[in-house]
Amino acid sequence: MFSKFLRLEWKSFTRSASFTGNMILKIFMIIGKINLAILFAMGGVGMFFIFRDEKMNPIQTVNRFLIYYFLADVTIRIIFQSIPVINIRPLLPMPINRGTIISFIMGKTFVSIFTLLPAFLFIPFALLLIFKGDYPALNVILWMVSLWAIVYINNLINLLLDGKDNLFIIFIAVIAGLGSLHYYNLFDVTQYTGPVFDSFYNTPYMFLLPVIVLAAVWKYTFTYFTKAMYLDTGLKGKHTEAVTQNLTWLNRFGLMGTFLKNDIKLIWRNKRPRTTVFQGVFFYAYGILLLSGVVEQYNNPYWKILGALSITNGFMFTFGQLVPSWDSAYYPLMMSQNIKYREYISAKWWLIVIATAVTTLLATVCLFFGVEAYLMVLAAAIYNMGVNSHLALLSGAFIKTPIDLTTTQQAFGGKKAFNIKAILLVLPKLILPFLVFMYGDKLLGKGAGIALVAALGILGFAFRNIVFKAIEKVYLSEKYSTIDAYKQKN
Amino acid sequence: MIQVNNLTKTYKGITVLNIGNLEIQKGESFGLVGNNGAGKTTFFSLLLDLIEPSTGSITSNGIQVNKSEGWKPFTAAFIDETFLIGYLTPEEYFYFIGELRGQDKQAVDELLKKHEDFFNGEILKKKKYLRDLSKGNQKKVGIIATLIGNPEVIILDEPFANLDPTTQFRLKKIIKDLSDDKNVTILVSSHDLAHTTEVSTRIVAMHKGEVVKDIKTSAETLQELEDFFAV
Repeated sequence: MFSKFLRLEWKSFTRSASFTGNMILKIFMIIGKINLAILFAMGGVGMFFIFRDEKMNPIQTVNRFLIYYFLADVTIRIIFQSIPVINIRPLLPMPINRGTIISFIMGKTFVSIFTLLPAFLFIPFALLLIFKGDYPALNVILWMVSLWAIVYINNLINLLLDGKDNLFIIFIAVIAGLGSLHYYNLFDVTQYTGPVFDSFYNTPYMFLLPVIVLAAVWKYTFTYFTKAMYLDTGLKGKHTEAVTQNLTWLNRFGLMGTFLKNDIKLIWRNKRPRTTVFQGVFFYAYGILLLSGVVEQYNNPYWKILGALSITNGFMFTFGQLVPSWDSAYYPLMMSQNIKYREYISAKWWLIVIATAVTTLLATVCLFFGVEAYLMVLAAAIYNMGVNSHLALLSGAFIKTPIDLTTTQQAFGGKKAFNIKAILLVLPKLILPFLVFMYGDKLLGKGAGIALVAALGILGFAFRNIVFKAIEKVYLSEKYSTIDAYKQKN
Repeated sequence: MIQVNNLTKTYKGITVLNIGNLEIQKGESFGLVGNNGAGKTTFFSLLLDLIEPSTGSITSNGIQVNKSEGWKPFTAAFIDETFLIGYLTPEEYFYFIGELRGQDKQAVDELLKKHEDFFNGEILKKKKYLRDLSKGNQKKVGIIATLIGNPEVIILDEPFANLDPTTQFRLKKIIKDLSDDKNVTILVSSHDLAHTTEVSTRIVAMHKGEVVKDIKTSAETLQELEDFFAV
């Protein structure tokens, strides 16, 4: 039965509409995972030799800090480890034991990278203990078994906590709290947990404790999922209570206001665009870091102009460049309602421009870093509004990835909203103004670089009508293939 | 009102639609029947310029639909759930369509009041987003939204499917009332021969992409269609 499930999984992967994109992403992820595995193995080997050279008892030292390791493990799992979903609903009426389906879902998480990585850390360490350190093999092995059981317990905890994304904040708070109490010598949690882990090594039968706990948690998870396997319980999907918002203050902007109202609701009420917009905050923070000149290496005009571009580019980078895709679920409506392409595109343009203006306002804090820094932000904002906003609309016409707004996938998991394609597309938007700035700054002197970037932006505004006509043409010629592509949901 | 000329649609060498000549008069209530794959939805999608014709053209009120956007102001359609915006409440959706069609909130409210019984108390003020409504209730929203702004051409694909018997009955009345208005051309497709003969003044049967019957509705129409489709 499991092999049949695996075949289904393989088909759903190879037949998804975004297969090629997935492939590249998968390859990157596999490379990343191999990299991590090597790092972990090196860590395991390194730990042994460092502790030995420092004349510390490697087992006791490791045991002291294991509590932090396992807490961090759960936290990282909650944030990053996505739960494998096989499409359960069609399987329910089939002649398959519910238990088999649940075992498959649970079993799949045990081969995840998050469960395999600790092996790369602990196994080399244990082998060195036995063969290089002359520690009794049986004790080391039983200790390993205990730790292993805890890794598995963590895995099941993550399964049980699935869908409660915000829990990781609590875990981070716990780690930070314990860590700082420890650091300031107020309360040392390791004094209490260390001996527990030590006992797994010292007392031969203690390893039974985590193993029994693991069995109990497994049993609990299994019954939990058995109960959740009904259409009106676990498979129901969340329904939030809807509140009608009229946002009448936007009415004064006419048709533009109508679209803006919709876009605000789109961002506010759907998980996917919401997380995407929050990612824009990261660009803002990165830009501030570069502009502040706090880091010595970044304290030159070239890094600073990148910072300025980043501050005012965040929303466009994360949200703007997927512009028509956000409407993919109801694109046929938009294409047959009483809307002209021109109006549709310019409404989206305004959304991007308004968001850029807001971030520019928020960037007023850059005045603290000097007038030059603020002028850079202003020039970058003009460039982003005048040139990049058009580029974003243009590239959006070619992306054609249908977006499922309602997916409750984890913020960082699975197919990310923030992908390789997005990174590739931002390069021309950052590099061109950067080169222009460098040219001005190097050859024409201070200030000229900023002026050139701003001038380029104003030039973009001047050609707005021509550019819009061109974009409209692209949207028109891509219309049928876009509608078709949006139909192919995963 | 609508003129179809040598219209074909071909996918990878297979012709799925081939209509030589078809004219739909203004004020007609046009029923389209046929089995799965007959080309009903393909025809409606071509009419709304959602897919590109392989050859030929459709003109609506003198406007060739794949050349100009001029048909949009007087045309309204509900084909499937891609015509609904899932994250809006029904009210917000109606007002959104109203604003696109130049109708203020009051005018939309009046229309909604008129069709209160069609909603059967399951749509308005229910604190639910469209995506959380049942298929049948979604369809009710989509159908009523096409009436906003007094369009001259209304296109409904399978409007009777997923509706409960009472609502089907009410929908028939709505369509009949619309067909009494000589300014409104209404196009309805269906698998249900009885419903279609009841609401349409003219019925076209399609089979494998071609028009095989084109009849003015009379007392014998239903029998004629049943004989045709019974194999």
